[in-house]
Amino acid sequence: MAQVKEYIGKIKPDWCPGCGDFGVLNSLQRALAELDIAPHNVLVVSGIGCSSNLPGFIHSYGFHGLHGRSLPVASGAKLGNHALTVIATGGDGDGYGIGVGHFVHTCRRNIDMTYIVMDNQIYGLTTGQASPTTEKDVRTKSTPEGTIELALNPVALALSCGATYVARGFSGDNLHLAQLMKGAIEHKGFALVDVFSPCVTYNKRNTYPWFRERVYKLEDDQQYDPADFRLAMEKAFEWGARIPIGLFYKVERPTYEDEEPALRSGIPLAKQPLERADLAALMEDFI
Amino acid sequence: MVDYVFRVGGEGGEGVISTGEMLTLALARAGFEIYTFRTYPAEIKGGHASYQVRASGNLLLSQGAAVDVLVAFNEEAYQKHIKDVRPGGVVIYDSDSFSAAAHDSTICYSVPLTSLATEKVGIKLTKNIVALGVLAGLFDLPVATFEELLKDRFGRKGETVVQKNLLALRVGIEHAKQIKRRDAIRLGAGPRKTKELVLSGNESLALGAIAAGCRFYAGYPITPATDIMEFLARELPKIGGYVIQTEDEIAAIGAVLGASFAGKKAMTATSGPGFSLMTEMMGLAVAAEIPAVIVDVQRVGPSTGMPTKTEQGDLYLACYGGHGNCPRIVMALNNVEDCFYGIMQAFNLAEQFQMPVVVLSDQYLGHRKATVPVPDPSRVPVVERRKPQGKEMADYKRYRFTPDHISPMSIPGMEGGGYIAEGLEHDERGYPAASDHENHLRLTQKRYGKFVEVEAIANDLVRIHGEPHPEIGIIGWGSTEGVIREAVQMAQAKGYSVGAIHPKILYPQPLAKLREFMQGTKAVIIPEVNFTGQFATLLRKRFAYDFIQLNKCIGLPFTPKEIFDKIEEVAAHVHGGRRVHAAKL
Ligand SMILES: Cc1ncc(C[n+]2csc(CCOP(=O)(O)OP(=O)(O)O)c2C)c(N)n1
Ligand code: SF4
Repeated sequence: MAQVKEYIGKIKPDWCPGCGDFGVLNSLQRALAELDIAPHNVLVVSGIGCSSNLPGFIHSYGFHGLHGRSLPVASGAKLGNHALTVIATGGDGDGYGIGVGHFVHTCRRNIDMTYIVMDNQIYGLTTGQASPTTEKDVRTKSTPEGTIELALNPVALALSCGATYVARGFSGDNLHLAQLMKGAIEHKGFALVDVFSPCVTYNKRNTYPWFRERVYKLEDDQQYDPADFRLAMEKAFEWGARIPIGLFYKVERPTYEDEEPALRSGIPLAKQPLERADLAALMEDFI
Repeated sequence: MVDYVFRVGGEGGEGVISTGEMLTLALARAGFEIYTFRTYPAEIKGGHASYQVRASGNLLLSQGAAVDVLVAFNEEAYQKHIKDVRPGGVVIYDSDSFSAAAHDSTICYSVPLTSLATEKVGIKLTKNIVALGVLAGLFDLPVATFEELLKDRFGRKGETVVQKNLLALRVGIEHAKQIKRRDAIRLGAGPRKTKELVLSGNESLALGAIAAGCRFYAGYPITPATDIMEFLARELPKIGGYVIQTEDEIAAIGAVLGASFAGKKAMTATSGPGFSLMTEMMGLAVAAEIPAVIVDVQRVGPSTGMPTKTEQGDLYLACYGGHGNCPRIVMALNNVEDCFYGIMQAFNLAEQFQMPVVVLSDQYLGHRKATVPVPDPSRVPVVERRKPQGKEMADYKRYRFTPDHISPMSIPGMEGGGYIAEGLEHDERGYPAASDHENHLRLTQKRYGKFVEVEAIANDLVRIHGEPHPEIGIIGWGSTEGVIREAVQMAQAKGYSVGAIHPKILYPQPLAKLREFMQGTKAVIIPEVNFTGQFATLLRKRFAYDFIQLNKCIGLPFTPKEIFDKIEEVAAHVHGGRRVHAAKL
């Protein structure tokens, strides 16, 4: 096993003291260390938001791109070199708001990568507006009278769109979260880890104590079977006095890379030699 | 020398396009140079479609002017196109469909195409092949070439289908013998003995991308760029590459940046609406210095506009689209052959300068076919991005300041090369520096600094037609090159002092070469297929010169005559001793 410190980036996190994203960062570093993946073979891609600053704080390759657009870039990078361990990170606004179109299609595409969403139910970086996961009737800076829309359900959405590993963690329980992330990275296919990651500055409702009172682990229920899609869907809608965290669903399905003939040799596209001579054969068709 | 324009018109979806395509291939294989032009409806089924092919023993520069032979499958086609047929030209029409009114200046041959197909072949659909037979019989086209073509085309559908089509061809040829001839059009075999490819601009571009080493394409369907994706989806797997169809154009360019960042050359192609969506990502590629090739096959805008018609309306967007101070390279492709070499150059520029390169084509160029000498990829040596060497890895700085402003780019997987590709303003290491004011200036200078070398290359890539130091100059860009060249030839033949310059790189502009060309001119015309004169506007920022604009904005390309007429008009002013003032012309 590698040391966690090997994955610590040169930049110090700029998050507010107590921000849930610290727990996510620590858990991810722990998961990578436990899996012993060399930092130069890891790529962390993000969008824009407080949470999206995460790649800077990890020692690996990183890509800090556009708000809502981490998944297309991560997909392209994975398809260009599928030997890399690709992890996309970001916030709920980034992934479920502006980027939700990409989220839907990335789920069904089943490229082998991990998506970690730091879900704080608020827009943190822009200082406190409603996000797609803000609960109904909650007052924020952009909804002084309370939100009108229903909150989006990330777990149910991922399940219905074909994600093959769907989990939810809580950044108040790093050991549990690290195990979910490990499972996600090891899983062959598109894995979502939605994380309750409280914004201590702008979300005064969904706080650490609020979650501690409510969350329970699916693993603690002997009856729960993450291979059961119907059960997973049912649990995805449990919200209120009790909120489940843990692994909701996991299934094996061929990945996009498995099904793409150009990658069958196993050699990443970026490492494949160019066969220029074959151009002549292609041109034959046009004479 | 043979030089004829054939046009086929009829109901879309009834084989008009395939008749035109087969005629084109047959003429090309028979040794003629060809140049096609197609108009087709935005609807899939129905609506009027036409396909034009010009065939000549000489190099062809434009779609041609008047039509020599019109094949009209229905009355609408006849009504629409008869005005374009030259006096003495031939009209062949399906007399089962309508009867053409006697027409003074043209020669009409009525042929019962439908009943010949139903009665003598037994399949109504073969009326297109019967028409091809009539053309072959009348104009002395090599019958063996047509037969070979039909075997190639229908071979996969089985021997019966091949035999039926060969029969249809013979029925047409036999019928042609009974026609009382009043025209003198004869083609025989063409002069070219070597084999050439018949490619559309889009096909040529896609082949060039492969030659440049592109093995990953991400795209979203949009007319008139879709066939680039379809071509590559078919061809790339044969040589170890592949295509992904993404959920939208933002994802397409995002995947291209991801793949390029990961070390593989990648491309996307789109048209106006998709290109508009890509502008934010293009800015990211500039900031993070990621090589990327973005093709825009322009169509008529704004908004959805006229999806199947041509325009040069996206130049502003290509040069200035997106926010901030955002240098990127903009190129335009000039003709079908140039699509092959031009896209190779685009990949080279992207790799060398680590920035996005926008390549402008258009519907007129992307969808027309031409005979092209078998492309030779070794004419454009392939360039790869600068990678960190030896000691550069010891203390790796992704955005290190260098004399030519190009920094070594490591590839994920390289030990010690880890960095963050950063869209926030950043320092040499790629660390965010969103509050360092002086650093922002240095980085902006770094990104624009690359333009010095790009401009030098731009100066090498201009082409001049006609006189290099003319009295009347023409500045053109993109797909108008051939038409301008032909207009210049027409004007020179009339004794005018005319020349044209055609830059390949439009941003940054080849200022030295343009200045040299413009010195001593009495007037400079800038023809563009757009309303406001976008290139003229860019050049006005660079030169205090009273350019004369010639704009066409009806979704169709220029004809050589339109440009020639403008030259004559301007020449009359110049020679009349009048000051040429653009505002008055
Ligand atoms: C296209 C675009 N629109 C808006 C913004 C401004 N913006 C930056 S981050 C953000 C939302 C952040 O919320 P979230 O993604 O949930 O991340 P958090 O800051 O809460 O971690 C917005 C709206 C932007 N950068 N780009
Ligand atoms: S604003 Fe909220 S999300 Fe952003 S760093 Fe502070 S606590 Fe975290």
